[in-house]
Amino acid sequence: MADTKLTTVLAAAKAEGRAALIGYLPAGFPTVDGGIAAVNALIEGGCDVVEVGLPHSDPVLDGAVIQTADDIALRGGVKIKDVLRTVAEVAAAHPAVPVLVMTYWNPVDRYGTARFAADLAAAGGAGCILPDLPVEESEEWRKAAAEHGLDTVFVVAPSSKDHRLAEVTAAGSGFVYAAAVMGVTGTRAAVGNLAEDLVARTRATTALPVCVGLGVSNADQAAEVAAFADGVIVGSAFVQRLLDAEQLADGTAAVRALAGELAEGVRRR
Amino acid sequence: MSEHYLPGAQVPDARGYFGAYGGRFIPEALVAAVEQVAEEYEKAKNDPAFAAELDILLKDYTGRPSPLTDVHRFSAEAGGARVLLKREDLNHTGSHKINNVLGQALLTRRMGKTRIIAETGAGQHGVATATACALFGFDCTIYMGEVDTQRQALNVARMRMLGAEVVPVTSGSRTLKDAINEAFRDWVANVDSTHYLFGTVAGPHPFPMMVRDFHRVIGVEARQQVLDRTGKLPDAVVACVGGGSNAMGIFHEFIPDAGVRLIGCEAAGEGAETPKHAATLTKGDPGVLHGSRTYVLQDEDGQTIESHSISAGLDYPGVGPEHAWLKDTGRAEYRPVTDAQAMEALRLLSRTEGIIPAIESAHALAGALELGRELGPEATILVSLSGRGDKDMHTAAEYFGLYDAEGTN
Repeated sequence: MADTKLTTVLAAAKAEGRAALIGYLPAGFPTVDGGIAAVNALIEGGCDVVEVGLPHSDPVLDGAVIQTADDIALRGGVKIKDVLRTVAEVAAAHPAVPVLVMTYWNPVDRYGTARFAADLAAAGGAGCILPDLPVEESEEWRKAAAEHGLDTVFVVAPSSKDHRLAEVTAAGSGFVYAAAVMGVTGTRAAVGNLAEDLVARTRATTALPVCVGLGVSNADQAAEVAAFADGVIVGSAFVQRLLDAEQLADGTAAVRALAGELAEGVRRR
Repeated sequence: MSEHYLPGAQVPDARGYFGAYGGRFIPEALVAAVEQVAEEYEKAKNDPAFAAELDILLKDYTGRPSPLTDVHRFSAEAGGARVLLKREDLNHTGSHKINNVLGQALLTRRMGKTRIIAETGAGQHGVATATACALFGFDCTIYMGEVDTQRQALNVARMRMLGAEVVPVTSGSRTLKDAINEAFRDWVANVDSTHYLFGTVAGPHPFPMMVRDFHRVIGVEARQQVLDRTGKLPDAVVACVGGGSNAMGIFHEFIPDAGVRLIGCEAAGEGAETPKHAATLTKGDPGVLHGSRTYVLQDEDGQTIESHSISAGLDYPGVGPEHAWLKDTGRAEYRPVTDAQAMEALRLLSRTEGIIPAIESAHALAGALELGRELGPEATILVSLSGRGDKDMHTAAEYFGLYDAEGTN
């Protein structure tokens, strides 16, 4: 497998002896331009990789925080072209940072699989995370993604059996997204013990980096996860910072500050 | 007619596809649970003890077989065509929904799970599920859009009476689609203990097939009853379609009968040409919603468009994938029926036959009135009367002005 921007950045973090920090925010939230500023703030604060969410009318995997953000974005009229513009502007401002799109499948399906892959690549995107597209239904997408040099990150869960982990990780590229609690997105008070076990079982099936998303919201949790994972994925905590801010500038400052704390967390020994 | 409709043809395929529709578009966290449902259902299907236990429940608890009723005075309004009603409204709990619920409740026990969750629109599936949970001793949580908890308040009370927790869903359009979203969120978090007792022929494989199979009894009984009563097959079978469970149930046995027209009546709300309708097969486009590829009311970005219908049970922007396939192959026809047409049919059946249908079922009756006028007095039309109208009395009273001027609320 050829090196991509994503694999290069994750390998660099590993070479530094630390986990990578991966930040998520939905596009168009609170506005398209505000969302671009917020994603840039993730990177300025210290995220190694960013995921730009494509807001959806039916976010069945998301908890209340991201649902609220998606709702605000959609009511503001965000379109797929705005998501692609977000990717393009962030990628242009930070050429070394991989920008992934995280989206439910139907928007891609509707837009056109090949067209979406082409337009995402043209915008400078590094790949996609498609949490409701299981491996069995993914062949057409993976073919289009490969043609355009995009990584396809698959999600694994604590309920995934070992043989299933092998199938999923064999189909993916970039890294493996270990959604390490059973439940929707949202911050959680404790890291829990499912995560470490899932990472170990996943590693047994693949050489890909294994990054963990499970509701991390502070530096201590980030450090705890970083001790056993190749990357720490944070979403809802960033979204909450923006929801809590009265002014966009306060929100982006808070996002930048949190990214900084988490970046310190993943570097603790 | 395509060879796919030969008796015994197996659809869907192993991956859950009816032609281009169906499949399994679910998060990884649910893959193991959905596979377990599929595996356990395959085992149960081939287990005579399972069939025997279900048969006893359907007979002694539900009250099957449900009768077939000739409705002479109503027929006079339908161009003189002979209209026969398959009386699913007379099942215990008041609709066809109990057929599927009892099957999946038995399956839940086989899987060793102790908690059931379900979505409901009109509340009929929720009531049936709460009923089965009381019968089997399962914990029960029902997700229902907040809009629907208001327009179907009686069913909310029934579910709570039966011991279920009813959670009003306040996200999105606050109707059936959002209740399903919320039930999926619950399932992802509680999948070890919990079975999601999906209420229609939509969702990821095996639900469209399994829910259809549990409702097949409607068509199996009705086909024989019509033959016994009239000496021939009906010219058409008419049913309402929201997700499409009662329609698949009554259609399925007739699919090989090429001379029998299958007609699904979708909720056209204020009109299929207005923005306020739920006519998914008439106005939607292929896409993915709630775990399967099917027709979806959606915009050019793949965002689901909110549906509208006076009937909470048909107010859904998706539809079962087998209906999508039946539409594309031309084996079934789908017609839009407006709120006004459905309410008029509801009043007509009430006044001519002394049967108050559910507003959902009234869409099928409106379709039968239209079809009877097209086909004339020689025709025989079988209609799925999927539920009774008790739950809809508040809506009907407001619509027709049946309350006294004061002091009735």
